[in-house]
Amino acid sequence: MAIIVANHPNVLTTKINEVETLGYKSFRAKVEEQIASGNRLLSFFGSPIQGPEKQGVTTPKNVALNAVFLATGRGLIHFRGIAEAAEEYKPLTNKFSFMHCFEREIHDQYGLPMTGHPWLKPIRFEGKQLGKMNDYRFYKLEGKEVHEVAVGPVHAGVIEPGHFRFMCHGEKVYHLEIHLGYQHRGAEALLTKTEPRKISPLIESIAGDTAVAYTVAFCRGWEALCGISVSPEVECIRGIALELERVAMHLVGLGGLATDVAFLPGSSTYGRLRTSVINLSMRLCGSRFGRSWFRPGQLRFAFTEKHKADIRKTIDQVQKDIALINRLFRQSTTVRHRLCTTGTVPTELAKSIGIVGMTGRASGVACDTRGELKGGVYAAHPIEVVTEPDGDCWSRGLIRIREIDLSLDWILKIVNSLSEVSENERVEYSPLPNACVVSVEEGWRGEVVQYIETDSSGKIAHFKVQDPSIRNWFGLAQAVKDNAIYDFPICNKSFDLSYCGNDL
Amino acid sequence: MELIWDAIKVRMSQGKQFVPDLRGANPVGFRGLPVIDTKPCASGCTQCVDECPTDAIKLEPFTIDLGKCVFCDECARTCPENKVSFGAGYRLASRTRAGLIVGEGKALSDIEACDWIRKIFGRSLKLRSVSAGGCNGCELEVNAMANVNFDMGRFGIDIVASPRHADGLILSGPISANMAEALALTYEGMPDPKFVIAVGACAISGGVFASSPALDRRFLDRFEPDLYVAGCPPHPLSIVNGLLDLLGHQSGTW
Repeated sequence: MAIIVANHPNVLTTKINEVETLGYKSFRAKVEEQIASGNRLLSFFGSPIQGPEKQGVTTPKNVALNAVFLATGRGLIHFRGIAEAAEEYKPLTNKFSFMHCFEREIHDQYGLPMTGHPWLKPIRFEGKQLGKMNDYRFYKLEGKEVHEVAVGPVHAGVIEPGHFRFMCHGEKVYHLEIHLGYQHRGAEALLTKTEPRKISPLIESIAGDTAVAYTVAFCRGWEALCGISVSPEVECIRGIALELERVAMHLVGLGGLATDVAFLPGSSTYGRLRTSVINLSMRLCGSRFGRSWFRPGQLRFAFTEKHKADIRKTIDQVQKDIALINRLFRQSTTVRHRLCTTGTVPTELAKSIGIVGMTGRASGVACDTRGELKGGVYAAHPIEVVTEPDGDCWSRGLIRIREIDLSLDWILKIVNSLSEVSENERVEYSPLPNACVVSVEEGWRGEVVQYIETDSSGKIAHFKVQDPSIRNWFGLAQAVKDNAIYDFPICNKSFDLSYCGNDL
Repeated sequence: MELIWDAIKVRMSQGKQFVPDLRGANPVGFRGLPVIDTKPCASGCTQCVDECPTDAIKLEPFTIDLGKCVFCDECARTCPENKVSFGAGYRLASRTRAGLIVGEGKALSDIEACDWIRKIFGRSLKLRSVSAGGCNGCELEVNAMANVNFDMGRFGIDIVASPRHADGLILSGPISANMAEALALTYEGMPDPKFVIAVGACAISGGVFASSPALDRRFLDRFEPDLYVAGCPPHPLSIVNGLLDLLGHQSGTW
């Protein structure tokens, strides 16, 4: 596996014909071997094999299964497998539960048979399944006094649409099935046919609450394909933007949790602290969500002494105020009563179903690509990765509190190490032909993974996007089990997963 | 006892957080209303049109469709004549779709209050938000209108939990095909009289997703919005000001 560009730890660029490609059996064995060796599966997806046979129906021979692993200390590993015939597929989900979403997605997108897969529910009702969300038959429990509760897609709060189907006995939830796809906008197909220069505004809209992480992941990937490098100072600004996004969205989560347990000081204080943080982003780049801040090879807004002073002043105030509300939040009996031991995902369960990111860390799984890959600014300025052992709603609240504190301190450290950074002119793109890149960035929810493949003329032939939510929704379904149905809102809020990130 | 002191400290740190005048606020740094110069374009130049990710720009005469614009600033950067620049203006709403197209000497016109809406909902307007493919950008900003900073509740405007309690529907997102039916059902479930507000480039025009075959925007053929708010996502001030205009509130204070 030759590496053609001096790689950033968060990206792996390879010529397509140099990607290790195996027959399905050996591929499957290698995946098992990687898992057994302790390497962490980051992504598993299909991609069409380019060439004359690409047109027309999908057959096993023209779909490659791609596996991306993270080997701690050694970085990213990417290899693929191609089956000769449909009969060869043997779902890995039966052995590793955390594969379920990936194999379901491959089944949906390429129609490959996954005979024996325990749960081939469509991930997002795309392609041929479009508009057929009502035809689906939900899992049912039967018995005296068992009843079914249907919630959504339109919810009581201002949130995205998703449908939740509960099987309950009294108020106790025995089973929750999560039904997603309402948000499907065909993002991957659009990304594949959009001119590279116009991709950034689109990528920022895949999950608008994670606009920065999506854009940075895209920039890194595209830069690697085009052989563009950015200065360490630009990486610092990207780091600041990423951590501001994390702080702002963690504040949304804490505010939401406070609202859902009727802890009004938290609801109002976390809410207005978020306003301070996103208004800071707006003063730095014109958008409260960090939109248009970055383009491949380009920092679009100069970073001046004035901005540095602004960041110091704003963060100083936020730190003072957040310490007060955190103290009250953590001590409040009403908050603890509602959140402690509610919606628990124990460590072993989290590992077996592959929960990642912040939610994983709240269940004691130390998965954080900022620490695992130490790419970009996190190499020179590492950020501490924290975990909470218990995996309940309280832990998911605490992990946010701790990560906010760490991120704010970290931003101040970066700002102090930084002089002024001027904006860059836009750069021309000349992507490598017949190459592919995997790019990973730790957004506030967890790892955002993107895969871009070019054809013989350097045009984008395939674009794959993966939000951490696709893996974590199943965690929410597990968390709710054996809880009372009235605790569902706080469980949902504590996970705070992306509907559109799953639905694409 | 200690807890009470902690609560008092939080309350004191909170101070007064509300934006006193929602009409006269100054969102420093906001990239909002474009300012279009009257100087002529360089002959034959189409750079801004070529760079625009949502085909929002037309030439001869130069116009920007704010219903498509995602405020990415690319046209301003690419124009050799510096014909367009983005200012901090947040009055970005219109009563009509065509009203969102701005150009030389064609500013965003002031919104006249809607008589029937003002008469019925002027003092109390309850809204239901439906995201139909929204990326959570617009949804977060709609939520922010009700927070302690923007506090639209002071004008009797609230978000309610059920369509059954709602007077207006805030639509965000490009209307994904999978959500089209639920959106229509939600609107049908609202009691008459009622109206639609389209928030953000996706809802207004499909935005960056406009060319996707996975959308079904026919809802808008059946129910024409009474208010359009531009932005990607719109600033809470843009949405609140649009609503105040629609309801005929002169003042942004209460």
